[in-house]
Amino acid sequence: MGAANAKVSEIVAMKLSGHDLACIRGGRRVFRGVGFSIAAGQALVLTGPNGAGKSSLLRLIAGLIRPAEGRIALEGGDPELSVGEQCHYVGHVDPLKPALTVTENLAFWARFLNGAREVDEAGLVERGLEAVGLADLAVLPAGYLSAGQRRRLSLARVLAVPRPIWLLDEPSTALDAASQERLQRVMHAHLSGGGLIIAATHGPLGLAEPEELRLGTPSTGRADSRIARDTDALDATQ
Amino acid sequence: MTALTALFARDARIAIRIGGGAMMGVLFFLTVVTLVPFAVGPDLALLRRIGPAILWLGALLSSLLALDRLFANDHEDGSLDLILMARLPLELVVAAKAFAHWVTTGLPLVVASPVLGLFLNLEPTALSAAGLTLLVGTPALTFIGVIGAALATALRRGGLLLPVLVLPLTVPVLIFGVAATNAAVAGPVPFDTPFTILCALTLMSGVIGPFAAAATLRYGME
Repeated sequence: MGAANAKVSEIVAMKLSGHDLACIRGGRRVFRGVGFSIAAGQALVLTGPNGAGKSSLLRLIAGLIRPAEGRIALEGGDPELSVGEQCHYVGHVDPLKPALTVTENLAFWARFLNGAREVDEAGLVERGLEAVGLADLAVLPAGYLSAGQRRRLSLARVLAVPRPIWLLDEPSTALDAASQERLQRVMHAHLSGGGLIIAATHGPLGLAEPEELRLGTPSTGRADSRIARDTDALDATQ
Repeated sequence: MTALTALFARDARIAIRIGGGAMMGVLFFLTVVTLVPFAVGPDLALLRRIGPAILWLGALLSSLLALDRLFANDHEDGSLDLILMARLPLELVVAAKAFAHWVTTGLPLVVASPVLGLFLNLEPTALSAAGLTLLVGTPALTFIGVIGAALATALRRGGLLLPVLVLPLTVPVLIFGVAATNAAVAGPVPFDTPFTILCALTLMSGVIGPFAAAATLRYGME
């Protein structure tokens, strides 16, 4: 984590904001008029019922879907890179190949996400696996991992490559108590290093005073997170 | 190791480890080639004449076998999201994946083709000409195929959509691949003429394929 924090804190006064965002999936409006703003060291927690658009908002910030209206702005980031290229995205499935070992899976993402940069991948992988408590399973094919272990391997990827913005979709799913505590620790470390976290969640993540953006219920959230009423029962994750 | 070589190594390693790529393609190739003599009868002169065409048809069908999983697997496990978000040009990513796919499925077909050619009573000139045209031509099949693979993934349809889309586009490659092999054996045109056109088709598809597939993924995955 030390290296990742040093890297992140070089980027001073980052500020990520969304203005008047609307999202349409499959011809149906998931949300509209959603806005948020977080600065370096802050976390934003997205809450709301199933289908309220939590995952859609994360994918929108990641650049995987385009907003129907509104825009996302990042101040203080790397001007050469798009917002998505400065984000870590942990979705609801874990991008692991069952035929590859735990080490090979993590080493691939560490290399791939670092791009052309020269990295000490063996060291990164070792530290990443140790940070999530998977060092003992390093040579096991990922196909044999449990759901919680898969999730931890996904989080190891986030730790292995420094990125200032973390987009986490239900990060604590399938994690046991010890791993949830570990997740809290690394999230705190990321925030105190000047990073930003946006997490969609149903339960508490243990973050100290995160901003909350409630999606899916009209006029109960913050003033700028109004939401259309036509969002019932739409699974907006795809 | 850079990001692209890492992607190439990962795809190649998965294809070799799960055994679905190289061996299945070659076995399917073997099956197609051995079926033909059963259908046309044991006429050695006829087999020798249509042998190059059979080799090319077999290779064409075999090269499409595993292609529909090229992006679909990455889509299902969320890898494609991270690949789309990466700092690399998507065109290069597609090209690296296509190259890995060709090395693990196309190249074994090329290596197997002389042995299968013996089943069809091909003479040594025809064997080497067929091998050479397949070596040059199968990358074109893969690079055209990635467009279909990207479309099948974007439309979330697997199965027969890919061959139906891709096979018509491979007709020029098939024509000049077989024509070059026949020219080497019987003439009357020199081997070089159709062969250079085949090379040109491969180079063109190597450019068009990754760009078209990347555009499909970029706009289709939303």
